[in-house]
Amino acid sequence: MATAPAPTSGAASPAPGLRLSWGVVILGLLLLAALIFPYLFRLPYHRDVVIKLYLYAMLAQAWNILAGYCGQVSLGHAVFFGTGAYSSSMLQTAWGGSPWVGLVVGVLIAVALSLAIGYPCFRLRGHYFAIATIAVGEIVHTVAINWEFIGGARGLTLPIRQDSLAAFQFATAKYPYYYIILSLLILCLLVSRWIERARVGYYLRAIKEDADAAQSLGVPITRYKLIAMAVSAAFVAAAGTFYAQYVLYIDPDSVLSLNLSILICVLAVIGGVGTLWGPLVGAAVLIPLSEFTRVTFGGTGSAVDLLIYGALLTLVAVFQPTGVVGLVQRLRRR
Amino acid sequence: MLNLPSAEVLVQGVLNGILMGCIYALIAAGLSLIFGLMEIVNFAHGEFLMIGMYTAFWMYALFALDPLLSVPICGATLFGLGWLTHKGIIRRILGAPMLAQIFATFGLGIFLRALAQFLWTPDFRQVSNPWIQGPVRLFGISVGLPQLVSSLASLLAFGFLYWFITRTETGAALEATAQDRQAAALMGINTERMFSLGWGIGSACVGVAGAFLAMFFYVFPYVGSLFALLAYVIVALGGFGSVPGSLAAGIIVGVIEVVGGLLIAPAFKYVAVFLLYLIVVLIRPQGLFGKF
Repeated sequence: MATAPAPTSGAASPAPGLRLSWGVVILGLLLLAALIFPYLFRLPYHRDVVIKLYLYAMLAQAWNILAGYCGQVSLGHAVFFGTGAYSSSMLQTAWGGSPWVGLVVGVLIAVALSLAIGYPCFRLRGHYFAIATIAVGEIVHTVAINWEFIGGARGLTLPIRQDSLAAFQFATAKYPYYYIILSLLILCLLVSRWIERARVGYYLRAIKEDADAAQSLGVPITRYKLIAMAVSAAFVAAAGTFYAQYVLYIDPDSVLSLNLSILICVLAVIGGVGTLWGPLVGAAVLIPLSEFTRVTFGGTGSAVDLLIYGALLTLVAVFQPTGVVGLVQRLRRR
Repeated sequence: MLNLPSAEVLVQGVLNGILMGCIYALIAAGLSLIFGLMEIVNFAHGEFLMIGMYTAFWMYALFALDPLLSVPICGATLFGLGWLTHKGIIRRILGAPMLAQIFATFGLGIFLRALAQFLWTPDFRQVSNPWIQGPVRLFGISVGLPQLVSSLASLLAFGFLYWFITRTETGAALEATAQDRQAAALMGINTERMFSLGWGIGSACVGVAGAFLAMFFYVFPYVGSLFALLAYVIVALGGFGSVPGSLAAGIIVGVIEVVGGLLIAPAFKYVAVFLLYLIVVLIRPQGLFGKF
């Protein structure tokens, strides 16, 4: 939560000449706040909420690279999350490997998988691509449920080890998890920022605006869509390994479900799709909100959080397609 | 890995597949009509079906009205829901970027599903004693009577829809709007009204299908997801916007589902359907009967 207002207050600075320096100061303060957060809030519950916030912000940010910048709406990103989670978990349970090696293996498999899915599916445009990714997601989900080798519907329970960085387990002191996911999120943000300003970013946005025009101007559209998909999948898979190490139990419904794919999009769209800070803002608003409604209305059984998600998603799409970040930018220009 | 079923089981399976396929086709026809009209995919289509099923269920639970009798009520309710969706949401996103178009109806779907769960709990409900129930023997093959009646009625509804689009003046106006919005407007067609009408009719299709499904299927907030996924596959397979294409594709999907389940394993029946969809769409992106 500490980082939540980052872009908002950064964007609200008054004089244009001061903007850059103010932005840097505010970013620095927020980073500092994020770094000392575990020392200020010692309750496991608070730390857990913020760890989840960073995790989902990272997922939404990674999805944003493909959907926001390149305009390819994937509704099956859970496939890569599951790939990351299952790769590292299988490596440990079946062959006793290190989770860090598992993270790298998971990322590599996810990248290969993203190319294998993307190459044929990128022939489809717009709504067709979105539906094809749902189909891929459902196939992978069903296969995982029925594949006994990887635990089937029962899922995988990771062996409990002595807390250490090498084992990627910190059961007693949760804060190493906090710093690991914070670093991953910052890395993801830095890569997004680099893509935004590099040639790749211009190509991706050109494909989003008008794929035919981009192609006629010499942009190799399939290659750049694949690059966006691979980068996106790599970060999602890394987050998947983190999730497995944090929860120490995975099953197809928690890491491969359509609902997870949907949640990722919801966060990015409400925060502001195609912007650097949108996914983080979306997660900062919605993850605590979801925790709050669960505590207040008792579990997810009453679906109050989904009720709010759905209504917000439609309202944002209809009235404010650029999300919270776009709204702030518009208000600032007044 | 492959199980070979006996000929009798296979024939029975194929027949059941065809029957289910007719109902799938009616659900998909609504989706296809809307897409053909304005190139927007209704990602809340499954939730519309769910609302149709709940309407039939509550008519039964509160007023002891058999699902067969509530078919017109469900159709009318969903017509209203579709009309309102166009007036309230779709009208505003016609020229919007694709992302906004996808997430506007997607959000509506999540909202309706959560609303159903909030109001009526996630419990599975069932119309416990409908008029039409039990199996019936047909040429020595046993099929469910509700399935048989539903699919015949779906075919009838499908035929009515086709007649309406191709043979009536309003249908011609719909077709004209689908082909060229501006030219249709210049000919004096109120395209705005046609869009609302298209959303109404497209949604009424799932209302009718929902009433029939309620006779033999459980009703719960998430029931729409599976049917919606199949409907997307059917519409893409048949060719987006091609209403007759969805009938053929619906039956193909119904048969593949059953035969895939028999040959590989029941758990994999939808995998077979989705794989078929991916293969067809990759070879022929416009679908089996698509025009462009």
